[in-house]
Amino acid sequence: MAEPILEIRDLTKSFGALTVSDHISLDLRAGEIHALIGPNGAGKSTLIKQICGELQQDSGSIRFAGRDLAGTGTVERARLGLARTFQVSSVAPEFTTLQNVVLAVQGASGRSFGFLRPVLSDPSLTGPARRHMERVGLTGRENILASILSHGERRRLELAMALAMEPHVFLLDEPMAGLGPEGSVELTAILANLRHEAPILLVEHDMDAVFALADRISVLVYGRIIATGNVDDIRSNPEVQSSYLGETA
Amino acid sequence: MLRETPVNIALVLLLLTVPVAASAMDEPFIVTLATKVAIFATAAVGLNIALGHGGLVSFGHAAFFGIGGYGAGILASHAQNYEPLMTWPFTVEGTQQMLIIWPVALLAGGIAALAIGALSLRTSGVYFIMITLAFAQMVFYFAVSWPAYGGEDGLPIYVRNSFPGLNTLRPLDFFAVAFVWFLAATLFSILLSRSRFGLALQGARQNVERVRAVGIDPYRLRLVAFTISGMITALAGALYADLNRFVSPSMLSWQTSGEIMVFIILGGVGRHFGPLAGAALFILLEYALGGVSEYWKFLLGVLLLLVVLFAHGGLIGVVTRRRHHG
Amino acid sequence: MSAALLIEQVLNGLQLGVMLFVMAAGLTLIFGVMGLINLAHGSLYMVGAFACAAVAAATGSFWLGLAASLAAAAITGAIVEIVVIRRLYSRDHLDQVLATFALILIFSEGTRWLFGSFPLYLDVPPILSGAVPLPGGGAYSLYRLAIIGAGILVAAGLFLLIGRTRLGIRIRAGEADREMIAALGVDIGRLYTMVFALGAALAGFAGALVGTIQSVQVGMGEPVLILAFVVIVIGGIGSIKGAFIGALLVGITDTLGRFLLPIAFGTVMNASDATAVGSALASMLIYILMAVVLVVRPGGLYGTAT
Repeated sequence: MAEPILEIRDLTKSFGALTVSDHISLDLRAGEIHALIGPNGAGKSTLIKQICGELQQDSGSIRFAGRDLAGTGTVERARLGLARTFQVSSVAPEFTTLQNVVLAVQGASGRSFGFLRPVLSDPSLTGPARRHMERVGLTGRENILASILSHGERRRLELAMALAMEPHVFLLDEPMAGLGPEGSVELTAILANLRHEAPILLVEHDMDAVFALADRISVLVYGRIIATGNVDDIRSNPEVQSSYLGETA
Repeated sequence: MLRETPVNIALVLLLLTVPVAASAMDEPFIVTLATKVAIFATAAVGLNIALGHGGLVSFGHAAFFGIGGYGAGILASHAQNYEPLMTWPFTVEGTQQMLIIWPVALLAGGIAALAIGALSLRTSGVYFIMITLAFAQMVFYFAVSWPAYGGEDGLPIYVRNSFPGLNTLRPLDFFAVAFVWFLAATLFSILLSRSRFGLALQGARQNVERVRAVGIDPYRLRLVAFTISGMITALAGALYADLNRFVSPSMLSWQTSGEIMVFIILGGVGRHFGPLAGAALFILLEYALGGVSEYWKFLLGVLLLLVVLFAHGGLIGVVTRRRHHG
Repeated sequence: MSAALLIEQVLNGLQLGVMLFVMAAGLTLIFGVMGLINLAHGSLYMVGAFACAAVAAATGSFWLGLAASLAAAAITGAIVEIVVIRRLYSRDHLDQVLATFALILIFSEGTRWLFGSFPLYLDVPPILSGAVPLPGGGAYSLYRLAIIGAGILVAAGLFLLIGRTRLGIRIRAGEADREMIAALGVDIGRLYTMVFALGAALAGFAGALVGTIQSVQVGMGEPVLILAFVVIVIGGIGSIKGAFIGALLVGITDTLGRFLLPIAFGTVMNASDATAVGSALASMLIYILMAVVLVVRPGGLYGTAT
């Protein structure tokens, strides 16, 4: 089996007396979608924040492409190839859709100190941006302000921005949140396609999407991973049944 | 944008034609007023790069305005007195050449902005506002208490500094200098806002978390923006010193910082020609109301309050009925 | 340099410090509770000083003047809060800065309109006009000692108010969570007006006390306002305790710097150069202090944020 791209070992984080990450170990391998599920308050978002560097863990390690990420911040991790989407859509509201994606292409290019050439007439930026927008079905919406996009479009815009970074790993924090059934189905198809670009760590509540997409699933409850396995393992795991699936199903 | 452009063009044409006509009608005072508008607008274009594009509410840009002014004043005073600025390790003479004074003002403003920005940008929000204010006060008090260059009394420039091919003592010639600088600064600011740098900078204002997440470090962006902003404002300060042929600590005062901000707000934050509209309105009010009432700043205060509370897009926003950012 | 001179300077530093605290406490309270940056706080200081001077001149009583300064600043504060300030709570800091900058223009020019440009003078009340002998020779103004005492009383009163009273509990709750306090059934609009008026009254009180040692004139508020900003930035915005420590630090540093630096430079250079260098450096000292604090702790000494 291939060396994991993202490897989390014994990750622990507490806020005061509350342990939000309790010796979490998890990995992500090339070409897979690894879903992270668990009830609200299980510590999924805190885990994502630690992976992308917004929070530093108390102990344990996160290795990415063979490198220990300890001490690196959000910016550096993004540059190394970790692309995240946010649970609550996070885009630049006064920019157009195209400008938002161009910003991400520019971030990946590592060159933000050009002062005179207009970005929108730079095909090395707009070309890839339009291509990524097409992948998520936003063609034709280039000049719409991000603030007036529909909720579903904004989720896809975030995905286009993640794609634009040409990352080695996608960290997707509840990409289906707030989408209707139709939107979820569309997005599921887009995500299924995405795994060929880079493996995905998918935090998601929508079980239909998770079961349709995931190669492996880890279940997080009260900061602990109680099970990791393929879809069938997880569906039939009694502990998962009682602590999580039972209450949502 | 479509409806804003004609307004902008009209403003610039007005700024150009009024002094030319006034000069033809032998009204040098009007030319001087227009020059003042161009210079204040240039200072505000500088601040607008930090404040409008970068969202960095600097309440200390008087420091850069004054540093540019003192740069011009100090070089000129040494030239006037035939005293070298320094004799060791090598001799540096003063100068009255604008072509040398400007790079010095840009450089001095840039270094000051880099230093102040590097410390201030460690903070954000209300801390940033107060810290930039406090650094400007620091420069202000230094100028007041340092006796070598006039201290509290300021420093006169007896003869306006010169520019090859122009008679800068003629009001219209000097206006041309200020106008060209205003245009250059504005065009640069427009180009900047559309560049890679401008995109990232404005992105960081709108959503700093997002900019970090795509791998761009906002601190460096903001520091560069703050430095460029300080340089342009310093250049305007050098021109202002030449306009008045006098430099004093009042250029460094916190009221000056506030006024440069007011130009931007009156015109409309983040609009490329907002600084011009704001500076023009300010000078017009000062001129028109200053004649009616000694207390024109009272009326300015009321107007400013009304603009902030009820006309958020500033003057250009009111005229074009469109809110706009970035 | 005699010991008495040094003691005198330390006392001057304390006096400046406690007055800065009275100013800064209002600023930091208003920022902590309402999230408002109020540049017009210096105008309320000026209002207090003018009210005191006008009433003292009319009645011949400093004490009536002092009461008038509290009342005038509190009422002005309440009116300004109701008419202008409450529209600014939900705005960004830029709008707050500009609107309160506009208020400064209105207050300054309005006061100039009413009272003219010439400074007014306030007499020290007879009962406080003497001097107290200092250990080691020399004497110190009783009035300045009274200011130090008044400032410490205000500080103690504020700590009690915030820590022990219902109003204090509401203020702390308001700092923590605006929605929660509204949910508790407290009329948040009234609470805000009260906090603003309290801050204004403190500023007016400081204006009256300091106006007696200096002159009462338009523009007197802004230098103090900026020092108060330095104080709360050093102390951590929103923290009364931080404001107290910051105010004393700033007061002592500024006063002793002006006194000691020229002397210190005098040991290594000639007298006139030493005065020039020393006083230039002294005038920048508190800003240098602030920069150092910020490099070490970007949120101020007792701050939490950023």
